[in-house]
Amino acid sequence: MYRLKRQFLAGPYLLWIAGFILLPLVFILYYAFTADGSFTFSQVAAIADPVHRKALFLALKLGFFCTLVCLLLAYPLCLILSRFHFRHQSFVVFLFILPMWMNFMLRILAWRLLLSNSGLINSLFELIGIGHVKLLNTQLSVVFGMVYDFLPFMVLPIYNSMARINKDVIEAARDLGANSATVLIKIVIPLTLSGIISGIIMVFVPALTSFVISDLLGGGKVLLIGNVIEQEFMQGMNWHLGSGLSVVLMIFVVVSMALLNTFEKEGGSAAVW
Amino acid sequence: MLKKANLPARLSLLSAATALCCFAAACGQTGNDSETGAASKEDNTLVVLNYGKYLDPSVIRMFEEETGIDIKLEEYESPEEMYTKFTSGSIRYDVVCTSDYMVERLISEGAVAEIDFSGFEYYENLNPEIIRSAQIYDPESKYSMPYFYGTLGILYDTNLVPAEATESWSILWDETYADSIIMQNSVRDTFVPALRLLDYDINTEDQGQMEEAAALLIEQKPIVYAYYVDETADEVAAGNAAMALVYSGEAAYAAELNEDLAYTVPKEGSNLWIDSWFIPKNSAQKENAQTFLDFLCREDVAMVNFEYVWYGTPNLKVMEQLDEETLADATIFPTEEILSNCVVFKQFSQDTTDRYNYLWKMLKSE
Repeated sequence: MYRLKRQFLAGPYLLWIAGFILLPLVFILYYAFTADGSFTFSQVAAIADPVHRKALFLALKLGFFCTLVCLLLAYPLCLILSRFHFRHQSFVVFLFILPMWMNFMLRILAWRLLLSNSGLINSLFELIGIGHVKLLNTQLSVVFGMVYDFLPFMVLPIYNSMARINKDVIEAARDLGANSATVLIKIVIPLTLSGIISGIIMVFVPALTSFVISDLLGGGKVLLIGNVIEQEFMQGMNWHLGSGLSVVLMIFVVVSMALLNTFEKEGGSAAVW
Repeated sequence: MLKKANLPARLSLLSAATALCCFAAACGQTGNDSETGAASKEDNTLVVLNYGKYLDPSVIRMFEEETGIDIKLEEYESPEEMYTKFTSGSIRYDVVCTSDYMVERLISEGAVAEIDFSGFEYYENLNPEIIRSAQIYDPESKYSMPYFYGTLGILYDTNLVPAEATESWSILWDETYADSIIMQNSVRDTFVPALRLLDYDINTEDQGQMEEAAALLIEQKPIVYAYYVDETADEVAAGNAAMALVYSGEAAYAAELNEDLAYTVPKEGSNLWIDSWFIPKNSAQKENAQTFLDFLCREDVAMVNFEYVWYGTPNLKVMEQLDEETLADATIFPTEEILSNCVVFKQFSQDTTDRYNYLWKMLKSE
């Protein structure tokens, strides 16, 4: 009886999954593999169209750079935060999570104002004699926005996995004659691998599929695969093509996760997803 | 390509299935009870679908106070987005405002109900000439009611761009203004300058002409600052760009923000647009919807709305109250000469629409 009650408590969640995750997925698959009521692969194969392929490659490229920059920023930061003990350490970690309290769209809109032609940063540049620089509506500004938005997703898992490392392990390595570089490469990085992998997935997947950031900071000039899909649904009224491209994008997400997962198995502990 | 007629049916099936699944499982009952409950609750609420920033909020309050009918306002950015919202069937709209060619499309699809203007108290306030112009998409003037009209042209900063230069669309391809030109993030509007420069009809369905225009736009893309929709006028007023392709109403709004801005309709000709209200066939509130449309024609209401939107109004009673300076402002009320050069958008066939959408994606992916 008690067990039955407990299972009943999971009911709302199961309903949620069925109604808002599984059912929409079924509809997407249905739309993706049909056209005019008959089965077809053409909607999925449409990814081979030069325009769609270009948008997918651009999304992969920007997603890759965004993830790389996030990793290069987050890892040293986490090392500093976990290695060196100073006062108010948890406050510094808190500072990195603080921006997440504000709606991410608002933060991106704020960056649009700052980066625009007559924005604060360009005014400053002109004041100190650098002159006008084209900042907004470029691929760089889109990557910048992605990094700004997704950095906390890289910091948190890495910081958590680093905080879990037993200090004795590092001391033992030092006692056995390892210098700082060796400790980092042979001890710290392997032990934080699960955090790194989680971080990469949590940054790469939303970066790959984003369309709002590229719209707001790209000025409609940077077309990612997410934008193509959005346009097919909202403007072109072609749900079949939109679904077909979504399926391709899902395949890319699943494959990238699976690839990273093989690394993870060598590393050990559980991933986030 | 999907058959349009199938879509609403299929979508309502989708939403019904989702709703049924949730309700049935959650309360262990069939969905019938909840359906009737929802209907009675919505009885006195008029669901209005309109462009963003296109109806003064105080007009809504006035209407609610005077008639006791509640208004639920839904907004959209582009006619294509409106079409998606409208046909998806997830919300049943009672009265909709949209652009000329989209009204034409929906009339041809049989989605629009006839409006009984004989019961209107203030319909006579509307300019018969504008109603006649609107007959391009509503030949018998029985499906739609003009709301605002205007042109498509160039909004520019007079400190940066000489007025004579804006007499031709070719200024938008001038490299001296690199990174300070804003185009519209909507297919049909952005194609207008390219098609007119090539001396083609803005309603062309000729594939070769479309591709030539697209090539011209691709050539232009490196010097374009951005493709924006609603924020275009604000961006020029803020000094982020020297000029932009905008609707005349936005130009008037921008000129209020920044005195140095001016507006021109280039000599090659452009688009005349008329936004109109219509009542969907499946509205359950047709009478309330007509009351609302009649209310919009009333001179005091139309005045409040005009001062909010600053587009050309077809309301003659409002025009009588305006000073000469406003009436002479070609940004708001285009001159005869400009009007003779402008053409209303015609609705394309599905094939042409698809082709334009593809060329648009190609331009964006460059």
